[in-house]
Amino acid sequence: MLRYASAWLGGLSLSVLSSTASAEWTINMTKGVTEVSHSVFNLHMTIFWICVAIGVIVFGVMFWSMFMHRKSRGAVPAKFHENLSVEILWTVVPLIILIGMAVPATKTLIDIYDADESDVDVLVTGYQWRWQYSYLGEDVNFFSNMATSRDEISNAAEKGPNYLLEVDEPLVIPIGQKVRFLITSADVIHSWWVPALAVKKDAIPGFINEAWTRVEEPGIYRGQCTELCGREHAFMPVVVEAKTQEDYAIWLAEKKELAAREAELKDKDWTLEELMERGERVYASACASCHQPNGEGVPPMFPALKGSDMVLNDVAGHISIVVNGSPGTAMPAFGRQLSEVDLAAVITYERNAWENNTGEMVSPLDILEFNEGQ
Amino acid sequence: MSAVIDNHHADHAHGPAKGPMRWVLTTNHKDIGSMYLWFSFAMFLLGGTMAMVIRAELFQPGLQLVAPEFFNQMTTMHGLIMVFGAVMPAFVGLANWMIPMMIGAPDMALPRMNNFSFWLLPAAFGLLVSTLFMDGGGPNFGWTFYAPLSTTYAPPSVTFFIFAIHLAGISSIMGAINIVATIINLRAPGMTLMKMPLFVWTWLITAFLLIAVMPVLAGVVTMMLMDIHFGTSFFSAAGGGDPVMFQHIFWFFGHPEVYIMILPAFGAVSMIIPAFARKPLFGYTSMVYATAAIAFLSFVVWAHHMFTVGIPLTGELFFMYATLLIAVPTGVKVFNWVSTMFRGSLTFEAPMLFAIAFVILFTIGGFSGLMLAIAPADFQYHDTYFVVAHFHYVLVPGAIFGIFASAYYWLPKWTGFMYDEVLAKTHFWMSFVGMNLAFFPMHFIGLAGMPRRIPDYNMMFANFNMVSSVGAFMFGATQLLFLFIVIKCIRGGPKASAKPWDGAEGLEWTVPSPAPYHTFSTPPDVK
Repeated sequence: MLRYASAWLGGLSLSVLSSTASAEWTINMTKGVTEVSHSVFNLHMTIFWICVAIGVIVFGVMFWSMFMHRKSRGAVPAKFHENLSVEILWTVVPLIILIGMAVPATKTLIDIYDADESDVDVLVTGYQWRWQYSYLGEDVNFFSNMATSRDEISNAAEKGPNYLLEVDEPLVIPIGQKVRFLITSADVIHSWWVPALAVKKDAIPGFINEAWTRVEEPGIYRGQCTELCGREHAFMPVVVEAKTQEDYAIWLAEKKELAAREAELKDKDWTLEELMERGERVYASACASCHQPNGEGVPPMFPALKGSDMVLNDVAGHISIVVNGSPGTAMPAFGRQLSEVDLAAVITYERNAWENNTGEMVSPLDILEFNEGQ
Repeated sequence: MSAVIDNHHADHAHGPAKGPMRWVLTTNHKDIGSMYLWFSFAMFLLGGTMAMVIRAELFQPGLQLVAPEFFNQMTTMHGLIMVFGAVMPAFVGLANWMIPMMIGAPDMALPRMNNFSFWLLPAAFGLLVSTLFMDGGGPNFGWTFYAPLSTTYAPPSVTFFIFAIHLAGISSIMGAINIVATIINLRAPGMTLMKMPLFVWTWLITAFLLIAVMPVLAGVVTMMLMDIHFGTSFFSAAGGGDPVMFQHIFWFFGHPEVYIMILPAFGAVSMIIPAFARKPLFGYTSMVYATAAIAFLSFVVWAHHMFTVGIPLTGELFFMYATLLIAVPTGVKVFNWVSTMFRGSLTFEAPMLFAIAFVILFTIGGFSGLMLAIAPADFQYHDTYFVVAHFHYVLVPGAIFGIFASAYYWLPKWTGFMYDEVLAKTHFWMSFVGMNLAFFPMHFIGLAGMPRRIPDYNMMFANFNMVSSVGAFMFGATQLLFLFIVIKCIRGGPKASAKPWDGAEGLEWTVPSPAPYHTFSTPPDVK
């Protein structure tokens, strides 16, 4: 018994030692990189020091009594049990302190709520469990998935420094410009948070919330979803890359060109192998978190695709459920999220992966026909 | 404790029935109070076990012990069980035992309903816990069960969860009606409202809060039930519904609910501190008014839980100001407790230790509450571990230390024996250290940016999470010592006199220890 305990303690001290190398003992909020985040930090510190001051006085009196007015020191209890002027004083003074605190808080809040006259507008949409960024008026639109590997999470591989806080494609914004975020969700409630920008806003289905930022320094700023959104809630990071305005313009032009090339793909003649290859990638980013990489799902919430009757025998049903979703369940309508090419690829992949082997191919043209037919 | 044959009026008074049916059929407030307390402690251990699972998984980064879907069930069930199964029933148990004895009443006003409201609880929580073994698992959407995660996206067992909440809610409403009826109607002659002990006062106000908000909770879960099974769209945006409305309704229940969990503790501590300071409570009248003011304000601050949902600026400002205002009556209470201790003649038995820790640590929880009230700063705190630290500071050393203080204070009256003071002080210090070790670092990891309700985190949060887990294991293990102390005290020990605490005041200390099965069959005269 003792041996186990000491082995455990040994392991504990080892892991403490090894983790101090990379981990920090951060104890305070970040100051952030925007004017708003600075004023939020100042509010935080002001109210903190007010609390400390009140605490020192109240606990000071308390500890004084606990030390000086002990029965063992022969203290004789006083008889007083009220004092009107003291009671009025300690009602009025806190009230004045609170008003003093409310004034700067109100100013900052009014500032935070003023999202008018923005230079760049980005629609942020939360999905289980990734973010979509659409640059309004720019025809640029992409998903941002967590890039940390499952091996790192299951401790099979060494964890990188940005463990759980890294994505395949970050949101890119220009510095020095007012960027407005329009935040919504396609399924459950999420919350989009970047501590360094002091922006946190819930992404709610059926609502479009507003937030804004103006970053002064180029850099990469990391955050996470902060509203419980299901199983993979811990695994939908937010990464914002602030670039200089020149770099931002170059990036935007590249993205537009890429989008144009993607759009042409649907007229191409696809082979089964090409669709399978693309489908595997789409499946990993859009489907695997629920239906699992091995297609076995997590029944009854997320049914298995491997050996599923619909996948094996019902092409029309399969296309329909992927495009339109299944109302009343967790299955979203991917028709609004994925291109025709990606839809065709992922459906083809599902029909042929994990020993499903139907040998059937669904082409982008089939999806287009399906969309026109409904 | 053999059955007590009442030593006077043997012709009509009688002791408890024999055998297990005594507990099933009892209408005696002391029996029902004991059952509530035992049930609550069992739930405390069960909910605590789930907390241990959570802290074990969070001991290190990476997924080690449980899958994320099970982790979410643990956080959800831990919250639900602690709130509805441990804290609330413990205070109802204390109310059952003590309120009739404090106001000189022979029993609760509605004894049969009292029995029913207790026995609904094992049914409710049996049902709730059974969902863990169902297909798809138990509730996994957090104890706040925000729609649509808890409706469209919920596991099938959510229907059982809804029914369990209904049962627990009916139990609470009946318990509250019983307490109001008892306090209004059964006070001994001469016991005017402003002579009532503070525990009675705070419970009277709490009972009104319960009657006001439990139906709101029942309403919101019924709307969920309709959305899930009957095709309505209260909370489904796709059908024209409003997910934010869920949060408004939930927190209209939820904010008064947090005061339901703390006001009775305020009352108990307001009786314990004067007893061990040997000095009357400072500002009795202002305590009563402050409690009423807090209860009133608790109805107009709900949206401070929703600062990030995008309510309009004016709404944001209103709820910020109203929330800051709560600090005033709460401050009055803290100042009153400190002034009661000031120039007293203090001793530090276990009830007093827990009561003092209550005042200090609850105040720290109040400070972080004040910080959270500042809406712009809340954008950084919201749904991080800072919030977890805040509400555990008001609930663990608040509600739960209040319950421990009460238990040690009144154990001699319940059992007729003194508890083991050395063990009780050990229990206090281990709980005190463990609790602070577990919850204080959560302020830091929250400010550093760790969201709540995640089973895995970046390495920058690793050190404090490990400290926190060690503290939590220590706190958890220590509670088994409490069980041992209580059993030891029931089985024997130094005989307790009718009034074992020399500074204690109140009618409960005028009856022998242990309190006879029936007390105050003839009302006492209160001067």
